[in-house]
Amino acid sequence: MTAQTLTLTIAGQRRVLETAPGRRLSDVLRKELALKSVKIGCDAGDCGACTVLIDGAQHCACLIPAAQADGCTVETLETTSPDLRARLQRAFLSAGAAQCGICTPGMMMAAMELLRSHPRPTQPQVKDALAGVLCRCTGYRKIIAAVMAATPPADAPQVPKAGSAVGASIARLDGQPKVDGTEVFGADYAPQGALLVRAVRSPYYHADFTLGDAELWAKTTPGVVCIITAADIAGINRFGVIAPLADQPALAETTVRYRGEPVALVVGAPEALLALDMADFPVRWTPLTHSLTQQDGAQPEAAQLHADRPQNTLIRGRVACGTPDAALAGSAHVVSGQFETAYVEHAYIEPEAGAAWLDGDTLVIQACTQAPVMDLEDTARVLGLPRSRVRIIPAAAGGGFGAKLDVTLQPLLGLAVLKTGQPCRMVFSRAESMQASTKRHPGSMQATIGADARGRITGMIFHGNFNTGAYASWGPTVASRVPVHASGPYLTPHYRATSRAVHTNGPISGAFRGFGVPQAAITQEVLYDDLAAACGMDRLAFRRLNALRDGDTSPCGQVMQAVGLDECLDALQGHWDAAQQAAATFNATSQGVKRGIGVASCWYGCGNTALPNPSTIRIGITPDGQVMLHQGATDIGQGSNTVIPQIAADAIGISIDAITLIGPDTALTPDCGKTSASRQTFITGRAALAAGQALRAAVLRLTNLADADRIACGPGRLTVTKGDQRRQIALADLPVNAQGYVISAEETYDPPTTQLDADGQGTPYAVYGFGAQMAEVEVDMALGTVKVRHIVAAHDVGRAINPILAEGQIEGGIAQGLGLALMEEYLPGQTENLHNYLIPTIGDMPPVTSILIEKPDPEGPMGAKGLGEHVLIPTAPAILNAIRDASGARINRVPALPHRVLAAIQAAKR
Amino acid sequence: MTAPAAYFRPDTPEAALAHLAQGACRIAAGCTDLFAATERKVLPGPVLDITGIAALRGITRTVAGLRIGATTTWTDLIRADLPAACTGLQQAAREVGAKQIQNRGTIAGNLCNASPAADGVPPLLTLDAQIEIASVGTTRVVPLSEFLTGPRQTVLTPREMVTAVLIPAAALAGRGQFLKLGARQYLVISIAMSAARIVIQDGIVTQAALAIGACGPVATRLPKVERTLLGRPLDLSLITDADVAAALRPMDDMRASAAFRMISAAELLRRTVAAPAQEALT
Repeated sequence: MTAQTLTLTIAGQRRVLETAPGRRLSDVLRKELALKSVKIGCDAGDCGACTVLIDGAQHCACLIPAAQADGCTVETLETTSPDLRARLQRAFLSAGAAQCGICTPGMMMAAMELLRSHPRPTQPQVKDALAGVLCRCTGYRKIIAAVMAATPPADAPQVPKAGSAVGASIARLDGQPKVDGTEVFGADYAPQGALLVRAVRSPYYHADFTLGDAELWAKTTPGVVCIITAADIAGINRFGVIAPLADQPALAETTVRYRGEPVALVVGAPEALLALDMADFPVRWTPLTHSLTQQDGAQPEAAQLHADRPQNTLIRGRVACGTPDAALAGSAHVVSGQFETAYVEHAYIEPEAGAAWLDGDTLVIQACTQAPVMDLEDTARVLGLPRSRVRIIPAAAGGGFGAKLDVTLQPLLGLAVLKTGQPCRMVFSRAESMQASTKRHPGSMQATIGADARGRITGMIFHGNFNTGAYASWGPTVASRVPVHASGPYLTPHYRATSRAVHTNGPISGAFRGFGVPQAAITQEVLYDDLAAACGMDRLAFRRLNALRDGDTSPCGQVMQAVGLDECLDALQGHWDAAQQAAATFNATSQGVKRGIGVASCWYGCGNTALPNPSTIRIGITPDGQVMLHQGATDIGQGSNTVIPQIAADAIGISIDAITLIGPDTALTPDCGKTSASRQTFITGRAALAAGQALRAAVLRLTNLADADRIACGPGRLTVTKGDQRRQIALADLPVNAQGYVISAEETYDPPTTQLDADGQGTPYAVYGFGAQMAEVEVDMALGTVKVRHIVAAHDVGRAINPILAEGQIEGGIAQGLGLALMEEYLPGQTENLHNYLIPTIGDMPPVTSILIEKPDPEGPMGAKGLGEHVLIPTAPAILNAIRDASGARINRVPALPHRVLAAIQAAKR
Repeated sequence: MTAPAAYFRPDTPEAALAHLAQGACRIAAGCTDLFAATERKVLPGPVLDITGIAALRGITRTVAGLRIGATTTWTDLIRADLPAACTGLQQAAREVGAKQIQNRGTIAGNLCNASPAADGVPPLLTLDAQIEIASVGTTRVVPLSEFLTGPRQTVLTPREMVTAVLIPAAALAGRGQFLKLGARQYLVISIAMSAARIVIQDGIVTQAALAIGACGPVATRLPKVERTLLGRPLDLSLITDADVAAALRPMDDMRASAAFRMISAAELLRRTVAAPAQEALT
């Protein structure tokens, strides 16, 4: 397209540039004007991440041809009115309104428009104004609060005193770049002269293929530098998060097993490549029969995906104790049910993206990830490089939730850089991201639970078939976690839970916040409502009677400690009583709309299941007095860049603002493992506690003081005081170690777990977190629509290191649980965008009352437990139980879309 | 090398029509559907961008009725001072996507995209909307019900473009109402939607225009149900599930089952009709 002159007014200045008139304004702003706060989440107007103001009104910059912006004033977060922006930034930071930060610029621009006309907006006004921007992390409530708190300006935040960082709701330490648009996400860094990499992907679920004359195609297609196929792979063309089961090729060799599987890479000049239609690439496909559901994949005649996995069974899991069959046979009350859950898409607003280049002979990859060291290992193996020649620098991740644990584009970028010798970048489109990334496992679950005449649980039998998709990914983890957790946090003396991960040609199922436990919790908690009814008991009282307590034995035979579940349920009691009364009053006069309440609990083991998963933290003091915290835990929005320094600061006894964060970066930070399994606060936190304490001990040794009241860092010296004693350490006088530090400490923590035997007996986790949530809903009895009015969430976090970040996790997890319950269903080939795949908007999220319970775990740092996944688990079953309370509808398949709810209402009437 | 694709953005309708006469073009306005349909960074051409034509945007009222220019945006409609008959159209405008889409999406674009779930169609059907179509030297006017011929299909020929949506004065009586059913708040494609425009004189229904969208290849009026309401006090029980279902041809899809669409359409319609009636009483 011929370039035309485009004149924009930006920050009061006229900017004239030449560009194609039909080019998306978002692309012009990012590439020509380097205004990178304009984020690309979908290129379809679905997510709002590229929201800018055009002549003062909000628009999606991805939907505007450059020609239509000609002569307009364009405002982005970098270039908008500084005073109002500063107020909004402070409000966002102090409210905890930014987590990963990818939606933040769009949210703030929408808010800027509103605040100019309505300086003190109402909540409905905020919702209307911000409704076009999706957020997957926060659950929106803190964003609403921040916009409403922008006027008058908030006071500057206080830095907590030395030794009191833990427990303080300090603003996230990595927050400023998220609210000023300078955060560097995967797509935001392009090395000079970088080539673009695009993947050729399968349009079929299952097919054999041969490549045509790709070299000829490359020569005759403008801009193409080279083609890469499986034949170019020097290492082992198999990756996977669980090394013994690694089965996924970086590029398929002769067979594709899922829609979207890459078969080749095209590397070349960015603009030319962007204009290509990848369907023109010469591939001859021979479609094969395929299965997409766990039911079909388990059929004997189903296409077998992997020769060494008969019946498409990847793995089975089992936990058994006591004599469950006899216990159920002898029970006063027995209930059974069958439940189905769908594929759920992570739908982070940032599609996978990154860049890679050579630094000497080291391959450097800067891309979004949750697991830099695992990326390094998998990438080195595929490329045939020694680990020492690969360096992973995690880009800021615009959401992860589990799907950025597996490598995505890292080996592909590596292949391109090694073949061309030039820096390369790759940015998935939304459709590519949805096709190629992992999903939550669809589950078909059947369970039977019994209770005695007094309402005590006697036993439970559970089986779940899970659709694990085309490759192993985290299927084994789901298969092992589900049987461990399927009882829920309730004393279940006789128990047998089994699971099977079934391969299909559906999307690869991997890790998604909870590893199968949210699906199992739906089964158990809905059946608990059946059982409470059978026992004639109040549903909350039934759960309180059966709640695990300290000293109880889990189905794995583990004696539980620090169980805060009863405290959580107790915290709900008052809300439960009041809500029950309010619903009854409402329902007495309302016919068409009925209200109901529901409750569900969670437990969740923090860290890997019965496997080692250490974290190592290094802290060093430089000769000029800086305290450097090497923090290798990737912060994907959950807050480890803040929580780990809080723990470290208090362990050392210094003020948190004296700490400088380094990393994560595999060249600079020791391994802190992956950001998954709700493990970072607990495990990396314990490593930080140990390293901080060791550093403090090293400082004290230099002072000959037994203890200190205060350690202060100044230029070139430390000042240590104890009572009226005061010591100064001149740091320049101390020897400098190989890492450049005069004082340093490095400590590793690995939670004490044991292997599980064939019946799943052992100690799968060292620490568990607990919680319970109550949902209040309104059901339209004629349309089957459900509105969640309020959630009360009580979570035992052991110790709230940072209460506002903990609340942010709770609200964000609830939003995803609400989506799981009511609207989210990924259908391959049909929902590969954010208008057919629905996630909750700002209008769907109810107010959340968060209650933080602190029952310290002796194993956790300062007593802390994990929280990130726990928060999602009770939400869906609490909502389903509330729907039934309101309407009589027993939902056994999620999402509870209106047609399913209405059918269940009608079935209940019959 | 392919030839550079042309991007033409004229400022008069005549120039646009002359350009169309030279060869088929993709007509671009708000681009909310065009850009959503491609992953490319540049709109595939050749493109005729009609947003530079001031004469095509805005709402004018004459004795003949309302003329809504083709590139009038949803936000323009929301902000316009329109008769109560257009309330449903304005309610529909507020339910299109969210503010970003309302600020760009145009009324003619919504019609020409011809989605079975186009939010603008049911209320416009109840307003007896006529579509003004121009090509070089000629203008024709087609009822909206004939303009849409199927999913993603209209009567538009390659040399033509929509220049305005016309609402006849006779259809500006009464009060319009619109309801949309989706699986989430904001940014949602309808499972079903309903629009109604009812005129009640001396307690008797004298006009009833009812329409349902997203329950068939195109949105549709419900003439049989309309007739049953006429000549008597408003009686919602006359809007029966069976009569509504008989007018629809819904599909099973990812959003809902066909059976559910039938039932919910009737329920939505009763509520849509009830809403203005209640307001008339107060």
